Amino acid sequence: MAAEAGDGKPQPGRRPRSRLIVRLGALLVAHSVLVSVVCCIAGSIAFLLLPVLAKNTYVSENALMPGSANPMFSSQDVVEANRFLKEILDRGSAKVTGTEIAKLIGQHVVDVGAELYYHKFHPHGNQFHPLHFFSSITNTMEMQYNSSCTLFGLNSVGIIRAPRGDGKEAIVLVTPYNSQNIGQSEALSLGLAFSIFSLLSRVTWLAKDIVWLAADSRYGEYTAVDSWLKDYHNPLFLSNSGKIGTGVCFEENILHLLDQLKVKGPRYNIFKRAGTMAAALVFKVIEKKEKEERDSLTIYAEASNGQMPNLDLINIVHYLAVHRQGLRVKIGSMHSLLKAAWLKFVGEMLQLFGKLTKHLNPKWKFDITSAEYVEGTATLASSIYYQALGIPTGSHGAFRDYQVDAITLELSPRFSLNNENNRSAFLLRGGRLIEGVIRSVNNLLEKFHQSFFLYFLTAPHKFVSVGVYMIPFALLLAPLPIVSAALFSGNDNLGVSTEKVNQEPGCIGSSDTELRSGSWKWLQAAKVVFMIHLWAIIVSLLPYMLSQFPFMTPITLLLVWAALSICILLICYLIFGACSTHCGWELLKSVMIAAASTGLSLMSVINFSTAQIGAMLIVPMCLLVQPLRKQMQAGVCRKAVLVICNLTLAVVGFPPVALLIAKGACEGFGEAGAGSFWELAQLLWSWNSATYLYLLWIHLPCWVLCLHIFLYPCIGRSSEA
Amino acid sequence: MAVLRHSAAFPFLLLLALLICIPALASGVWLNDGGGGVEEEEGEQFSEELFLKPLPDRKVLAHFHFQSTAPPSAANGRHHHLFPKAIAQLVQKFRIKELELSFTQGRWNYENWGGSDPISSTNAKPPGVELWALFDLPVMEIDATWKDLTHALSGLFCASINFLESSTSYFAPSWAFRSNVSNLRYGALPREAVCTENLTPWLKLLPCRDKAGLASLLDRPSIYKGYYHSQRLQLTSTKSIGIVLKQTLTVVLKPDVQRNSAHSSLDKPIQPSWSVSSMFKKNVTGLCVPAKTSRIFFELETNMVVELEKLGYGVSLSNSIFDLSPNPVRVFKESNPLPGRSNSIIYEYINYSEHEPLDLGMKWKLPFIWSCSQAPFHVSRFLMGSGNERGSIAISLQSTESNKEFLAKSHGCNVQVLIFQVVPWYVKVYYHTLQVFIDGKPQSVSDVIEKIQVSPSEDKLFPGTLELMLRYPCSVQSVALTLDFDKGFLHIDEYPPDANQGFDIPSALVTFPNFHSSRSYVEDNFSLNSPLLLKFQEKNVVRSYTEALLVPLTTPDFSMPYNVITFTCTVLALFFGSLLNVLRRRVGEEERLLNSKDTTRIRLIPLLLSKFSSKLKGRTDGTPKSSSLLGSKFLLILVAVLAVLWHYISN
Repeated sequence: MAAEAGDGKPQPGRRPRSRLIVRLGALLVAHSVLVSVVCCIAGSIAFLLLPVLAKNTYVSENALMPGSANPMFSSQDVVEANRFLKEILDRGSAKVTGTEIAKLIGQHVVDVGAELYYHKFHPHGNQFHPLHFFSSITNTMEMQYNSSCTLFGLNSVGIIRAPRGDGKEAIVLVTPYNSQNIGQSEALSLGLAFSIFSLLSRVTWLAKDIVWLAADSRYGEYTAVDSWLKDYHNPLFLSNSGKIGTGVCFEENILHLLDQLKVKGPRYNIFKRAGTMAAALVFKVIEKKEKEERDSLTIYAEASNGQMPNLDLINIVHYLAVHRQGLRVKIGSMHSLLKAAWLKFVGEMLQLFGKLTKHLNPKWKFDITSAEYVEGTATLASSIYYQALGIPTGSHGAFRDYQVDAITLELSPRFSLNNENNRSAFLLRGGRLIEGVIRSVNNLLEKFHQSFFLYFLTAPHKFVSVGVYMIPFALLLAPLPIVSAALFSGNDNLGVSTEKVNQEPGCIGSSDTELRSGSWKWLQAAKVVFMIHLWAIIVSLLPYMLSQFPFMTPITLLLVWAALSICILLICYLIFGACSTHCGWELLKSVMIAAASTGLSLMSVINFSTAQIGAMLIVPMCLLVQPLRKQMQAGVCRKAVLVICNLTLAVVGFPPVALLIAKGACEGFGEAGAGSFWELAQLLWSWNSATYLYLLWIHLPCWVLCLHIFLYPCIGRSSEA
Repeated sequence: MAVLRHSAAFPFLLLLALLICIPALASGVWLNDGGGGVEEEEGEQFSEELFLKPLPDRKVLAHFHFQSTAPPSAANGRHHHLFPKAIAQLVQKFRIKELELSFTQGRWNYENWGGSDPISSTNAKPPGVELWALFDLPVMEIDATWKDLTHALSGLFCASINFLESSTSYFAPSWAFRSNVSNLRYGALPREAVCTENLTPWLKLLPCRDKAGLASLLDRPSIYKGYYHSQRLQLTSTKSIGIVLKQTLTVVLKPDVQRNSAHSSLDKPIQPSWSVSSMFKKNVTGLCVPAKTSRIFFELETNMVVELEKLGYGVSLSNSIFDLSPNPVRVFKESNPLPGRSNSIIYEYINYSEHEPLDLGMKWKLPFIWSCSQAPFHVSRFLMGSGNERGSIAISLQSTESNKEFLAKSHGCNVQVLIFQVVPWYVKVYYHTLQVFIDGKPQSVSDVIEKIQVSPSEDKLFPGTLELMLRYPCSVQSVALTLDFDKGFLHIDEYPPDANQGFDIPSALVTFPNFHSSRSYVEDNFSLNSPLLLKFQEKNVVRSYTEALLVPLTTPDFSMPYNVITFTCTVLALFFGSLLNVLRRRVGEEERLLNSKDTTRIRLIPLLLSKFSSKLKGRTDGTPKSSSLLGSKFLLILVAVLAVLWHYISN
């Protein structure tokens, strides 16, 4: 309408010529309501269709050649694994210091003929520091060394130098174990790792060095792996100066170890390296409660900020596990969705639709069964959720920070591990799988680059690539600039037309008519939006100050945080509130939408999943929001719908609520309390998740502005026109 | 011919005389070469030797040493009896004073295979190809000659040595590699794969190739199955001696392990027994007749002898720990300046029988552990940092236990370390960021560094080099040097066409000038006619090479550049173009301008559209109304939808 209103003024004879693209834009802006409705619906439908559009995975890099060689892992190695397991359990039951198992591992590694060293690390809590948000390299110089002798972990690392390799690249195997309290499954994973390691020390085909990291997960798996990686990539040569106290007792420990090892040779506390890492595999054995008909393998791949390893790594694991070893491969899925009735209904509809299209054109492949669809959606949802959260799902996440592709493999046996025969069969399968994966990666001449890095998994063998999953997001995002432009131009024209007729009743205070009229009026709105965003940034930094005060419960911290934020907001209102009411709500909404769309597109570059989920909440909220008073003027039915929509969106769009709902849907509403948001936020910032920034810098100001518009005091000129 | 005409009997006699003379002449030549004639110093000589040594990590070192010499006198013109003609021509054409070319596969394990003995300090080489040459030419001509030389060697050895011709890949070290020479060129190709195609031309330089003599042991599958394989060619040419060609092949092999159930109960696994025939899967078949000497040496290391004596077993051929099977011809003991200390022992075997193969073997009976001689400092080099933007190179030196005995030898308590490092131009090293840490404490560079020479790299022209001499007290346990660098961008055609793994930084060379790896032997009747043992007695400094490094650089994905680039560029251009347009334009002003100008010019597409629609509607006037324009849009959309539908249905 706006364009036509503009067109109406000049005489029909001399229509102003303008470019086609501008006129197309004008057309879109003119029909912004229709466009936004269509786009939003299309976006939602496309999002729901993602499981249907998923493609089967394929090994893209030819050099990998998974499963082309016969596995060399034999029953002899299983015997070795069992022997090692027994030794660990014997030592573990003796309940000694934490170094006992490290010593045992070291002895075996040396016997195999590999290099060994022990890596000592201090557990460090992840601390939020606003200035170091995106730099993963925190200055370890600041680490407190006042910890006592006992407060350190001891990783044991074995390195096999490839006989004919040049030592430029390495493959890393990680087995976390708890050195204080080792269980049977952890011991079994160590046994499995050792038997693979000893096999690899004998084989002749190695081209890359093999590093086996037995990570001491006493203080958490991630800490152990992360501190080892940090020392691998960014060692501190200064380290000896500051920690004499701990150094001495460490030396004693090492000397003690060496005495018992009775092996002469290089000192075992010198950090050794093995070139650039090509890939890393974290694997562990987990004994599950529920029994299945086959041994199963669970793959975890999400690293920090939604980064994924190259899809080829998952492909070879899946290929070898399914087609060679007959394992059941699983990836995480959202269980609450599996039983959802609406999803099943959508699935059935799609099935029907698929049949219909197949009838029309047999080439179209839309055939998907309802059960498949539901399962795919549940898996996709969990994939998106874990990527959006931005927290790594395992210790493989530490590798991704150094551009190393890594995944966690969780093997779980079918029967109890106490049965010797079952255990041997299980070990044979697991060993052959890992040997095959190592062999494939070893074949690799290049870096992992052939396959996808940006993808969602809908099943272990199905994925949605970036080209497909961008469509729903783009469709959701598309109406925002259009609506923003429509609101802006509509307000502009109305302002121009009404200004001649009468002065605005609401804006008596400002005499600066020149500023209000014309195209500079949006600056007022922009100022408000900018203030709110500034407030949001201050709010996001508050937890850093709050976390300096120890001994506070999460609930009090949350309350203090909320109270402080509201106070600052009120102060902002008091200072700038007077002029914020002058401009019309349309302009405010227009600028807010522009800001939100910019924020969303930026976020889609950093962490796509967060942006996707955020867009699904923000976009309808932004599009639908209207002042309450204006809604009251509409018809009863429309009024009710609008108010209800606005209210629900306002509630759901509130960042804590949104986060809690997402968490609850995926992990279950276990202990959802008032303090859990604080804990969640703490988790996010301590993992340097960009989702935290998104929530507080984009989502929160947008929500506040929406609320502001919803409760807007004066309806403005649009109602008068 | 003239004789023929005179009589019939005379030529017959002459022929007879000639026939009688030929064998005598021929045998004379052979005697000169092989036997102990007086003129043997003058003639061309060839000798072959094999050096065997058990290593602590259950492997065996085999070092072949073939030496040919050609006297300087041009008595034979351009022809040679034994000396390979190709090499002689090479030396003459390029005026080579010294040259060393090595092809290496695998890494030398300085911790387990020795770091300070003559073998490791001269024969441990970096992976890939390393070439250096010293020319007897004016400085101006050297670079051109070097280029020709690389091409000649490349053809001779079936290797891509010709990649060393570009000025980005070679360098003239001024003092860290060899002291104070200006006409030396050094280049390394860390990525070069080494295989039998390089060995065959190398063997062709031997007079008997691999058909007889010690070289017949070189069974390709067994030597390439080893843990280290380094084939080397060393040339020295002087006016007085002539050309000396030393061809060495160093392999580290792992003897096949017989899994003996009897010994599995022991806590330490026993060393595997081996013999020459079991390791190489071949026997020494006969003699290489032209060879002056053909011997096999077997060494028991110093530490091994010490350990043996500690356990109370005398050093003999067969004790309760091992048996050495044939009896040696001679035994040499190393003489050490330190009295009252055991030293290494060398057993000599001579390969003289054609019928009875010399099958040297060692049979282990009990588990036995020893360590080998270490370099004073264990050197390692690694990359720090991650990402595609910047990083650091770190060289760390860790003191080994053997340091102490060296300290006793060296006078004054200072260790000197020479570091020679070449870095390709695309790794832009900031030399001012050099930091030195000694025992974990930062040191000011001027305190530690005695001498430093830096030549920064120039983009696409020269590599950067660092020559550095450190001096620090010998009580130091660890030294670390770091240098920061930025990763450069390469032009699209500078990327290698094959698999992209990253780019290599060649190995750095670390030399310890205070420490020497010479041996001296106390055998009075030992006439020094073994080139190998003579070489052991040379005073060589201890040197070790570091690992080659792999630098991942930003690499475009060559398989799909255009769609990505064009797509993103289009989107960005559209976005920024329209944004600028929106920000810049004043719509109202433009309209006013347009109105005042009163233009009637209509653009092409609207004009066509309007004409089209007006024709459709049967109108003739040229000024379409907005409604007709809308109609035309509708029509256009309709046509498009129809076309899409048609496309799908027809498919």
